[in-house]
Amino acid sequence: MSSISNNVHQTTLDDPTWVRWSLIAIALGFIILFLCVPLLLVIIQAFSKGFAAYFSALNQHDMLAAMRLTLLTALITVPLNTIFGVAAAWAITRFDFRGKDFLITLIDLPFSVSPVISGLIFVLMFGAQGWLGHWLMINDIKIIFAVPGIVLATLFITFPFVARQLIPFMQEMGSEEEEAALSLGASGWKMFFFITLPNIKWALLYGVLLCNARAMGEFGAVSVVSGHIRGLTNTLPLHVEVSYNEYDSVSAFAGASILAGLAIMTLILKTLLEWKQQASRQSR
Amino acid sequence: MSILLSHISKNFGDFSALHNIDLEIPEGELVALLGPSGCGKTTLLRIIAGLEQADSGNIFLNGEDKTSHHVSERGIGFVFQHYALFRHMTVFDNVAFGLRVKKKEHRPNEAIIAKKVHALLELVQLDWLHDRFPDQLSGGQRQRIALARALAVEPSVLLLDEPFGALDASVRKDLRQWLRNLHHELNVTSIFVTHDQEEAMEVASQVVVLNKGHIEQQGSPADIYDYPANVFVSKFIGQTNEFHLHRHTSDWLKQAGLHIPEEGDKVAHVRPHDIEIVKATDENSPVILKDWQHLGALIRVELTKKLHESEPKTVYAEMPNEQFKRLNLSRGDRVELKIRQAHWFN
Repeated sequence: MSSISNNVHQTTLDDPTWVRWSLIAIALGFIILFLCVPLLLVIIQAFSKGFAAYFSALNQHDMLAAMRLTLLTALITVPLNTIFGVAAAWAITRFDFRGKDFLITLIDLPFSVSPVISGLIFVLMFGAQGWLGHWLMINDIKIIFAVPGIVLATLFITFPFVARQLIPFMQEMGSEEEEAALSLGASGWKMFFFITLPNIKWALLYGVLLCNARAMGEFGAVSVVSGHIRGLTNTLPLHVEVSYNEYDSVSAFAGASILAGLAIMTLILKTLLEWKQQASRQSR
Repeated sequence: MSILLSHISKNFGDFSALHNIDLEIPEGELVALLGPSGCGKTTLLRIIAGLEQADSGNIFLNGEDKTSHHVSERGIGFVFQHYALFRHMTVFDNVAFGLRVKKKEHRPNEAIIAKKVHALLELVQLDWLHDRFPDQLSGGQRQRIALARALAVEPSVLLLDEPFGALDASVRKDLRQWLRNLHHELNVTSIFVTHDQEEAMEVASQVVVLNKGHIEQQGSPADIYDYPANVFVSKFIGQTNEFHLHRHTSDWLKQAGLHIPEEGDKVAHVRPHDIEIVKATDENSPVILKDWQHLGALIRVELTKKLHESEPKTVYAEMPNEQFKRLNLSRGDRVELKIRQAHWFN
């Protein structure tokens, strides 16, 4: 039997050596050229004027303000979208109701709309000439060109990540264990915390991670609503752009290095979580 | 605890899953809900449990109307078809779950919980597995753990959905006997769903036959087998030969020794073991021995009956091995039938 499968193996997969090597070379070259070299350049540029310049760039008031704002935005949007994501996934996988397909499509909307358009929607809603602009002005509430606008835009953009991750997972999981918990006398909350949450935790963390990465890295939508006020409404990605446009390359690349570091960390955690998820799926 | 269902109906869209079900189950019975797939038996079980809501009708447990009670407040134990063990918990924690989620004022302390869980695990003979996870158990073991978990909260009613459906044939046989014995020991009113009539007859003290959302018949296994209420039950429980009454068949059935009612019923159902075979004395006997199969202690004989006007029709008869050997028949021999009894239907 092994000789037969060996034969098949040879005819299907044993392309000439040069084909194999050139394919590997192309793939590897691409990754080096478009991923590793730019990343390296970011780091080289960031340190081009020495460590001291790098750290003083990171210590600038505007840079710190940008980091704070980015963190604040993520701290508000990620928990909110986690709650929303779990609620939406729960509703979609555990109940039958009219308009379910429509809801699923709606959840995907931020994925299919250009981030710039998403930002513009908020300007049209809350901006000075927008629907609610006049009312907001009278009541002295600032949304556009202020922190609430940035949070709203980020909230919108990152809204599908958790739900999208959970829906297929919870569909596959089924509701028998939850029903079993209820039949044993558990209340809805106890069922959720003791049965549902432990089962979905890796998928949930994965969604939260992706949501967080996007919340911290979002540029387009935030750019439209932020107004680019230095030290006030610039998130880290916006600060990088502003610094770069002002030929402050150390500052720009120092900010970029932080974002790149975030991306790498996300990748590592993502791989780890995928591995965990796989393991928990196999144990069924 | 007795169970009383009155006028239970349930529709899924246009599909009527259950239609006006009335059912009374006395305390301490072990009842099988038996029927083909799609007959509504699992839906009925889930409605009793409160996992599904009936569109209309009421559920009384021990005389108390529980129709609007949530599943967690009905005092039922439910064993799921695929066991639904909590996969992130050990066997011990699975069985302890129902005790640990009790409200503070009713919750026993951990020492009492541990004692109770070990006692239950001993009852299902699996205490040695207490620190394993569900994915380390075999199907039969999971089934018994699921049962122990359901029993932990001391349910007044035990509901089991296709309890043996996902098991190997040999494990299934053992577990059937075991469940029956366990029921004798605990005497908790139990209902299980099955599509396997042999399983229902072997395990249950009462059988409820369901078809297309209706109850066709309810009774002891012997009642159901010996006195089927209608054509469906007669065909669904055990094998049966069906004879439609025409002029020719009625003469032939009379010759075979069957008493034919004057009027009314037109279809005779005859169990294979109610047919006796003798070597034909008449050269023109319309029945020919076609083949036979060994079913352990019994032989199933396949006969072809060819009356003048009708197409050839296969008739099955069953008899003990020894008896068949004594007849000394071979394929193609003409035989005559003696029919001991039949069930008559319209």
